[in-house]
Amino acid sequence: MFQGWLQIALTIALFVALAPTFGGYMAQVYLGQKTLLDPVLVPVEGMLYSLTGTEKKEEMTGWQYARAILYSNLAMGLLIFFLIMNQGWLPLNPTGLGAPTWDTALHTTISFITNTNQQHYSGETTLSYGSQILGLGYHMFTSAATGLAVGIAFIRGLTGRPLGNFYVDLIRSITRILLPISIVGAVALMLLGVPETLAGPVVVPTLEDPAVSQAIARGPVAHFEIIKQLGENGGGFFAINSAHPFENPNPATNLIQIVAMVVIPSAFIYTYGVFANSRRQAWLIYGMVLTIYLLFVTLTAISEYQGNPAVNALLGNVQPNLEGKEVRFGWAQSALFATTTTGTMCGAVNSLHDSFMPLGGFVLLSNLFLQIIWGGQGTGTAYLFAYLILAVFVTGLMVGRTPEFLGRKIEKREVVLASFLILLVHPITILIPGAIALAFPEQLAGISNPGFHGLSQVIYEYASAAANNGSGFEGLADSQPASTGLWWNLSTCFSLLGGRYIPTIALLLLADSLSRKQPVPMTVGTLRTDTFLFTGVTAGVVLILGALTFFPVLALGPIAEAFQMAKGG
Amino acid sequence: MSFAREASRAIRSTFVLWLLTGILYPLLMIAFGQLVLPDQANGSLLKNAQGTVVGSALIGQPFTSDRYFNSRPSTTNYSTANPQQDEAGVLKTGVSGASNLAPSNPALLERIQGKSDPDPAKNITGDLERLQSAGISPTADLVYTSGSSLDPHITPEAARNQVARVAASRSLQPSQIEPLIAQNTDGRFLGIFGEPGVNVLKLNLALDALQP
Repeated sequence: MFQGWLQIALTIALFVALAPTFGGYMAQVYLGQKTLLDPVLVPVEGMLYSLTGTEKKEEMTGWQYARAILYSNLAMGLLIFFLIMNQGWLPLNPTGLGAPTWDTALHTTISFITNTNQQHYSGETTLSYGSQILGLGYHMFTSAATGLAVGIAFIRGLTGRPLGNFYVDLIRSITRILLPISIVGAVALMLLGVPETLAGPVVVPTLEDPAVSQAIARGPVAHFEIIKQLGENGGGFFAINSAHPFENPNPATNLIQIVAMVVIPSAFIYTYGVFANSRRQAWLIYGMVLTIYLLFVTLTAISEYQGNPAVNALLGNVQPNLEGKEVRFGWAQSALFATTTTGTMCGAVNSLHDSFMPLGGFVLLSNLFLQIIWGGQGTGTAYLFAYLILAVFVTGLMVGRTPEFLGRKIEKREVVLASFLILLVHPITILIPGAIALAFPEQLAGISNPGFHGLSQVIYEYASAAANNGSGFEGLADSQPASTGLWWNLSTCFSLLGGRYIPTIALLLLADSLSRKQPVPMTVGTLRTDTFLFTGVTAGVVLILGALTFFPVLALGPIAEAFQMAKGG
Repeated sequence: MSFAREASRAIRSTFVLWLLTGILYPLLMIAFGQLVLPDQANGSLLKNAQGTVVGSALIGQPFTSDRYFNSRPSTTNYSTANPQQDEAGVLKTGVSGASNLAPSNPALLERIQGKSDPDPAKNITGDLERLQSAGISPTADLVYTSGSSLDPHITPEAARNQVARVAASRSLQPSQIEPLIAQNTDGRFLGIFGEPGVNVLKLNLALDALQP
């Protein structure tokens, strides 16, 4: 058991240690300062700017920034939808796969353009290498870069700067952050055994019974895998994602994958500290997120380590819950990966969340509800500050002062936008479609696990879509050709789009209005936001708002399941 | 800014970034893999003395007989099928998958414990029964199905628990088999990360090499 906690602690220590260096680097990139790779990248970027028609100096308003996101994402989405629907005759299709159903293609396109990567298909049996490389792999860069752009535009606005230019941020996020790390990471993954080939599956007779053959699916996995993790995309090349030995063959690749998925959102908080010139506040917020994260990791790890009491009774001793887990990862790396992937909105899995103990399921769902225990690429940090703005407002009300944040007055418009973001969009896109699906359990829901867990399956699917996470309680019959596939494909599109673009627009408008405010001089009467007390209040606001909104479904899902199991069936 | 200009920028960046991240980057990585690391890049395939591919060092195979170390239960039977009766097309693409059974799902206990039913078609032989009748004391990894259904490993304890049975079946001494377990165990990364696992396919290949 000690060994398990040690590896969890060291993995966390590693990405925390990377935060200042990497966060500082990202700040340099977005402030347009000199960096190490300038000699190579300046000419490349110059070429990209002129090819795309980007004026480097042009500043965008909140609306212009938002429109640029919507138009570019629409154009990218159309390209991918075309590629997937025509994969049957397009090249790089060694297994001769035809087009998937239109609703699967539509859901996949929307799911990847929104950085969610929720998958209602199995990679091996549905999508050609061409669709994966040319379509999904490409979206993994652009959707992650879009998230980073939103995050940085928000930070710029918050700190009183102009928002910047979307296309410049999009391109620089790719050329200076995502692509260089992906190239190094892909090489490392290949060295450690991840395949990278255009050759089709190998079929071999099995050793024990040569009359039975085994098909070993392969593909260009390594380059896809690293951006899948780094961009917090999470859409696996194979059906079973990072549990597949070709995506994640050993503990070394697993370490790379965990660090890759959390390093950007964790360091991004530090990037904010550089922009705001307040590293103290950045570290306080960082500490708050880290504390909740540590608590969540501990809860999940303990419950998986103690295993399933009903099965332990048969085995005669306490053994970890290994259902849906790989031996090489065990309880510790599985619990750490699961908590990190739901917290960061990566959504890759190295073990199957549906088979986690109820306490683990509780944590994973809570991560999807809160959206800030590191949070999505760029957007997670933005949400964090939306929470901070609400906390400023709440404390301002308590002490009877005009709420201010970073010397800017928080007024009606800001509070409306921030609370709309956090209090309304997320629950609406989860609970309303969830209620509809649950009202028609046979026709729509397609629940595979009976009892309280079935409710968790449905809510998890919409929470994962709305939070742009992409993991799932995968027993749910959410893919074609199941009769409930069409409903799931279309209804989750509502949550995917609503959960991505409404908050994006609101964040940019919020940033825009903050950046235009006259700074108020700091006085003795100013409520300081870089204190332990204020950070504690913020944590309280986060947990209370999250609990108020989602406690009923948690109580009927994982909590009820836990009591039921404790009772013995 | 006019709509036409905004639309043109969106379309141009779509194609330019597609060229960069959807075509050039994968092409570079595939070329690198094939030229520099062909073994890993093509799936770490294992070949026998005749040079025929017998499997992958990273992908498990089904083993249930007494002659071999048994592997973990798998929901796809390790992506295998009889080539003559492969209606599901498993061998066309290869598959992976998990049970996705919740810990509270009665089907999980039925699968492990077994279930007797008057209708023989509904009888379930539990993994636990199977292990007990084979004389293997059960460990968690041998009763729970893996995440990928392709897990190449079993725990060292699960391997040790099978030594006596394999030795008896092959008329070997346990002391001849035990070193093979150590040789085919993949340890923790840097001695810290992950869990040690015994690669079942490699172990069984070594067993066949020792005594065909």
